Amino acid sequence: MSARHAAWLFATPALAVIGVFFFLPVLAALFVSLTDFDLYALADIRNLRFVGLGNYWRLLHAPEFWRAVGNTLYFVLLGVPLSLAASLTAALLISSRLTLAPAFFRTAFFAPVVTTLVAVAVVWRYLLHTRYGLLNYALARIGIHPIDWLGDPHWALPAIILFAVWKNFGYNMVIFIAALQTIPADLYEAARLDGASLWQEFRRITLPMLRPTLLLVSILTVAGYFQLFAEPYVMTRGGPLQSTVSVLYYMYEQGFKWWDLGSASAVAFLLFLMILAVTAMHVRLARGAELR
Amino acid sequence: MADKRRTTDPPRTRRLIALVPLLWAAGCGSPGSQQRVVTVWAMGREGEVVGDLLPQFARAHPDIVVRVQQLPWYAAHEKLLTAFAGDATPDVCLLGNTWIPEFVALKALEPLDEPLAHSGVVRREDYFPGIWDTNVVGGALYGVPWYVDTRLLFYRRDLLARAGFPEPPKTWQEWSRALAAIKALVGPERYSVLLPLNEFEPLMVLALQQGDPLLRDGGRYGNFESPGFRRAFAYYLEMFRRQWAPPVANTQISNAWEELGRGYYSFYINGPWNIGEFRRRLPPEQQGSWMTAPMPGPEGPGASVASGASLVIFRRSRHKEDAWRLVEFLSDPEVQKRFYELTGDLPPRRSTWSEPTLAENVYARAFREQLERVKPTPKVAEWERIMITMQLMAERVVHGDEPAEEGLRQLDRDVDAMLQKRRWLLERGLTP
Repeated sequence: MSARHAAWLFATPALAVIGVFFFLPVLAALFVSLTDFDLYALADIRNLRFVGLGNYWRLLHAPEFWRAVGNTLYFVLLGVPLSLAASLTAALLISSRLTLAPAFFRTAFFAPVVTTLVAVAVVWRYLLHTRYGLLNYALARIGIHPIDWLGDPHWALPAIILFAVWKNFGYNMVIFIAALQTIPADLYEAARLDGASLWQEFRRITLPMLRPTLLLVSILTVAGYFQLFAEPYVMTRGGPLQSTVSVLYYMYEQGFKWWDLGSASAVAFLLFLMILAVTAMHVRLARGAELR
Repeated sequence: MADKRRTTDPPRTRRLIALVPLLWAAGCGSPGSQQRVVTVWAMGREGEVVGDLLPQFARAHPDIVVRVQQLPWYAAHEKLLTAFAGDATPDVCLLGNTWIPEFVALKALEPLDEPLAHSGVVRREDYFPGIWDTNVVGGALYGVPWYVDTRLLFYRRDLLARAGFPEPPKTWQEWSRALAAIKALVGPERYSVLLPLNEFEPLMVLALQQGDPLLRDGGRYGNFESPGFRRAFAYYLEMFRRQWAPPVANTQISNAWEELGRGYYSFYINGPWNIGEFRRRLPPEQQGSWMTAPMPGPEGPGASVASGASLVIFRRSRHKEDAWRLVEFLSDPEVQKRFYELTGDLPPRRSTWSEPTLAENVYARAFREQLERVKPTPKVAEWERIMITMQLMAERVVHGDEPAEEGLRQLDRDVDAMLQKRRWLLERGLTP
């Protein structure tokens, strides 16, 4: 048996599993997205109609879908930079030699990542409560009127962003800490001998050395944040005034609330295309920056 | 220890005893050839209470083993559809009666006209006609009402009296005057009525009171530009425009019961489960201040929505006769009386309402009167989605994001699109 055959033999079980549990469902979903699979089709498969790109066409003309896309973009554009900034800041602080008990802070900052989302969402609903919440209490101290965080269509998504950033920044922080440790200390020593300020050290050494990690982390975070679902599902159920309906939440409603699986599958593929396009752009931008 | 528990917590003990036959059945693995198993799915508190009623059934029918599975309400719809897709539906199920048209469209339910014709227990004329009607789709009966609810007024008797109205309003005109008087009394910080913007029921009830149906041509098209719906919608909007109602969702009101107690609003359109909530949540000195009243209508006492939950038998059940016996047992006026005592759910049969425990409940009286005037919602599978679209439209118009005229036109367009598949099926005679 040649090495080539042996390699295939070893890979076959894994490929079979991926084929059955990943590619087959994806293909099936692609097919379903071209039909009007709904409640009636569930009752009798003869009620299924092939509609071609009809679902896609309808979605692209549905204001609710664009609303969901807009909400998701808002969440990504605000949430990802905030999340990366929070992770990087926390990583720098913890890696700093001046910080006391870094292990404690590392654990504390990482704790939200491993805590159940539903449990922390309950706590956050208390924090964000209009009249009894800690956040509004603090704002009142500095003379800001109470904000109806989860009830006001303008504030619900920012509140969710805040919650999501807090929940997730610990994960990227750990990656950043690991990356920071790989930066040779003599670079900093040399810079200091040349009289570089802390900011210059950060700007000229830390950031360039972190670039590959930053790219990886930002791509993963963007892809993850595009799939916003659990936070609005638990905190607001998409409300108020649909202001926290994300693309994935919209898909869930189409599919499991209204049992319109054709339309839900089409949403899934549109989301996939969106993430693909954004990631490709992202990588291209990063490459361009590198060449310069 | 066991004795102590019995004295302090009788309901739990009873429930444990009720579980005994179930545990026994489960322990057996496969019951003997003499015994047939009937599975029941029931949601919420009702699902817990069914167990308490069953020992009596077991005594009368030793050859039938009933297995109850409890579902939470919020997951029930999804679970039932998944069970249908996976061919794992129960024999008997408690089903919200607005879901019946959907499961009929799925052809999942067994028509019950045949067993009804021979039944000595389930007698159609004893049921409130509007409630019964919700179980009839395309001329066939698919469920037997088990408990009912409808929406009507919860109000502050003392504030209404102080505003100069000793009696609750019976017509929209009287209601408007009362709302205006209360608003003048309580000032700009407080309101007369709560119509939560994230609930479709208040607007739906006002619309059901009109002569025009909500869908036209046998549920083929939306009818929201009809004079009737326009009138209901105009009245709804007026309550916000005159600041009788605060433009809020009920998620922005932390405790709707206490807020009624505080006089943040004086009227609240809601269902019978709130009788228990108000009794529990308002302090004793305020218990005399609230009351229930039937819905006022455009010209005299108005209609409200016929809702509630029914017992249905699934088409794929292999023990339909036994399942029907269980449905009959649970529909027995005696059993319904006990069920009311255990849950506070209102019974669908007039004969149960003459029982003293119910007749003496002053808060339930308005419901008794309202139940004679309830109307079913259009029986199409898409109904809930249509109502949510309507509610979102109303929310936009109240917030001033859209003129009312444009909102109604858009709503009719959206609803027509949702009903497109239904029209296609109707043309081919594929759905009732």
